[in-house]
Amino acid sequence: MRSTSDRFPENAARALGDPTLRAALSRLQQDTRVGRPAILDRLPEFNAIRDAASDIRTHGLDHLDVHLEIFERNVQENGGHVHWCRTGDDACAAIHEICRARGAKLIVKGKSMVSEEIALNDYLLAQDLEVVETDLGEYILQLRGETPSHVVMPAIHLTQDGVSQTFRDHHDDLDAGRDLDEARNLTDEARDKLRGKFLAADIGITGANFLVAETGTAVIVTNEGNGDLTQTLPPVHIVLASIEKIIPTITDALSLIRVLARSATGQEITCYTTFATGPRRDGDLDGPEEFHVVLLDNGRADLLGGEFRDILRCIRCGACQSVCPVYGAIGGHAYGWVYGGPIGAVLTPAFIGLEGARDLPEASSLCGACADVCPVKIPIPDLLRRWRRRSHGQKLSPPRARWGLALWAWFASRPELYRPAARIAMAILHWAGGRQGRLHRLPFARGWTVSRDFPAPEGGTFMDQWRAK
Amino acid sequence: MTPVSTHPASPTVGLFVTCLVDLFRPSVGFASVALLEAAGCRIVVPPAQTCCGQPAYNAGASETAAELARNVIVSFENCDYVVAPSGSCAAMIRLHYPRLFRDDPQMKFRADAVSRKCWELVSFLVDEMHFEGLLNDFDGDVTYHDGCSGLRELGIRDQPRDLMGKIAGLDLRELSAPDVCCGFGGAFCVKYPQISQAMADNKIDDITATGADTVLAGDLGCLMQIAGRLQRRGSPVRVRHIAEVLAGMTDHPAIGETKES
Ligand code: SF4
Repeated sequence: MRSTSDRFPENAARALGDPTLRAALSRLQQDTRVGRPAILDRLPEFNAIRDAASDIRTHGLDHLDVHLEIFERNVQENGGHVHWCRTGDDACAAIHEICRARGAKLIVKGKSMVSEEIALNDYLLAQDLEVVETDLGEYILQLRGETPSHVVMPAIHLTQDGVSQTFRDHHDDLDAGRDLDEARNLTDEARDKLRGKFLAADIGITGANFLVAETGTAVIVTNEGNGDLTQTLPPVHIVLASIEKIIPTITDALSLIRVLARSATGQEITCYTTFATGPRRDGDLDGPEEFHVVLLDNGRADLLGGEFRDILRCIRCGACQSVCPVYGAIGGHAYGWVYGGPIGAVLTPAFIGLEGARDLPEASSLCGACADVCPVKIPIPDLLRRWRRRSHGQKLSPPRARWGLALWAWFASRPELYRPAARIAMAILHWAGGRQGRLHRLPFARGWTVSRDFPAPEGGTFMDQWRAK
Repeated sequence: MTPVSTHPASPTVGLFVTCLVDLFRPSVGFASVALLEAAGCRIVVPPAQTCCGQPAYNAGASETAAELARNVIVSFENCDYVVAPSGSCAAMIRLHYPRLFRDDPQMKFRADAVSRKCWELVSFLVDEMHFEGLLNDFDGDVTYHDGCSGLRELGIRDQPRDLMGKIAGLDLRELSAPDVCCGFGGAFCVKYPQISQAMADNKIDDITATGADTVLAGDLGCLMQIAGRLQRRGSPVRVRHIAEVLAGMTDHPAIGETKES
C-alpha cells in the first residue's frame, strides 16, 4: 500500500475537520469506555490470562524458527502446501501462481490486514483477476475504494448513512426506491450480492489470527461467517499470514482467543472461530481441494532481532486503537498506512522507513492507555520512545525543536545560570500576563496559543522565594 | 541543604519542586511543603535542582536526559525520600531513571537508590505517611482529572480521592472519563496543537458536564493545558493543583487568573 504517513499533519488536520468522522470516532470511544469494564467484570481472571497470553507469544517468538518448521511439516503431512515469501511482492507472485495454475478468474477474500500491507488486491486486479472482499466492512470499503481504518472494525470511520449511499451508488441494478434505512436491510443486500460470488469463486483467500504449529492449523475468528464460506466453498483455500502468527499449540490458541475477542470487540468470543487444517479429506463433507499457506516475512525477521521485537507479540486486536485518544481524534487513515493508532505508530516506521513516518511516533501524548489494554502487554509508549530516539539520533526532527530542547537542557544543567535566566523570563511573562493573568498570544509559542491561553506565572520562582524565607 | 523544619524522628524529604511549579506556580511548592510538614516530614529543597529531564527523554534525547537526571540524583541521594508534586516527574525518576543508566553500573546503582525512594506527593502522604489531612474545608464543587503518568505508571487513583474526601464542604463530582488524557503530553501539545486541542475539548466538555466550579489534578502540565483551553473557551471553571486545596491555600488566584481577573 502506498503511504501518506509523510503527510501526517495534513492528514490529521483534514480528519479533525470532518464532522462525520469525529462522530463515528466518538461513538467508538464511548462504546469502548462502557464495554471494556463490563467485559472485565465478568472475567475476574482476565489479567492472569493476559499474562499467559503474553508469555505464549513471547515463547512463540523465542522459538519462531522451530515452530515454523514444525508448522510447515504438519501442513505438508495434512496434504497442504507452504510458500515461504520474504517480501510482499514474493507473496503476491506466489498467490498469482496458484491462481494461474488453477486457471482461476474469481477470488473471494476474507479480511486480511496482511493483504492490505502487500497491496494484494491491486496486484491481482492488475492480472485481470476479479477479487471480492467478503467481510461486510471490507466489502463496503472495496466499493468505495478505501482502506481499513481500524484493524478489527475496518469501516468504523463510516456512518450508516454513508454505507446506504455507497450501496445506492454501486448496486445500481437494484430498485432505487428500496428502503436502506435499516442496518438489517444493508446486511441483507450485501449478503445477496456476495452469495453468488462465494458459489462461483475459484479461490478463497483468508488471513489467519494464529497459525498453530503442532497441528498445521490456521485459526480465524470472525463475526459474519464470511471467513468460513471463503475457506470452505471455493476449491482452493489460500491462507496468507505473516510468520509471527505462529503459536505452538491448540491450547495456546484457546488461551489467546479468550483475550482476543474481549479486547477487540468486547465480546466473550466471536460468533465464528474456525480452525482450517489442510484440504478436504476422504469422507469430509466439505472443504477445499487444495490448501496453501503463504508465509510472509516482510520485515518481521529483522524486527525479531532488534529493539522493536516486542511488537511482534501483537495479535491485532485493535484495543490500543479503540482506546487511544489520538486515534479517537483523527482516526486510522490519518496515520497514512495500513495500521493506524498506537500499533501503527510502532509498525509503520519499521515497514516503510522512519524518514517517511517520522511523525507517527511523535504524535502521541504517551498517555499509556494502549499499553494498559494490550492483551499481550506490549509496552507501546516505550517502543514509541525508541523510535523518537532514532529520529533524534538521525536528526529527523525539525531543527527548531532540537535547538529549543538543547537550549533548555543547556540552561537546566547549569543551575547557576538557569536560576537568573528563569527569574527574568518569568518576570517578563508575569508582567505580560497583566491583570488577566494569562496571555492570548506569545511569540515563539504559537503552538500553544493557537488554541489555548497561556497561564502567566504567578510571579517569582519557588526557588528564589524559598531561599528568601 | 538547610533544614527549615525539624520533626524529631521524622524522615528528611527532599522536595523536588519540578520545573513547572518552580517557574509558574510557586504556591504549589509551598502547599506541598505545608502538607509534608503537617505529615511529620522534615523538608529540604536541594538548591541545584532544575528539571527531571523528561522533556529530553520523551524527545529521544537520552544523553541529555541522563545529564539532567544525574543532577537530580546527585542532589537528592542524601534524602530519605524524594517527593514531587507531579505524577509525571515522579514517574520519570521512579521508572525511567534506572533505564537511562543501563550501561553505567555505578550510576545505575545510584539511580536505583533514588528511584526507590521517589514518590509523588499525594500518594506519598497517603501510602507512606498515612496522613489524615488537615481537617480544613473548601467550599465548592470539585472535579478531578487523573494525570496519565501518575495513574498508569504509579497507580495513583484512590489517594487523592481519599484526601479530598476528608475536606469538609468539598463535593467531588467525578468526570465520566477521569482517566482519559487531557492532551498535554509535554512537547506533544505544541507539536500537534490541533490534535491536542481536540483532546482538551473532550476533557473540557466532560468537566463542564459535571457542573463543578473547580477542576483539580496533581500535575501542573495537565492543569496548564486544561486552564488554557477552558479560558480560551471563556469558561469560568477554576483550575488548581490538588495540593493547594489539600493545604487549604486557595486564597490566591487560580491558574491563569489574577485577583483582578
Ligand atoms: S498492540 Fe496490543 S492492543 Fe494493539 S492491536 Fe496489538 S495486541 Fe491489540
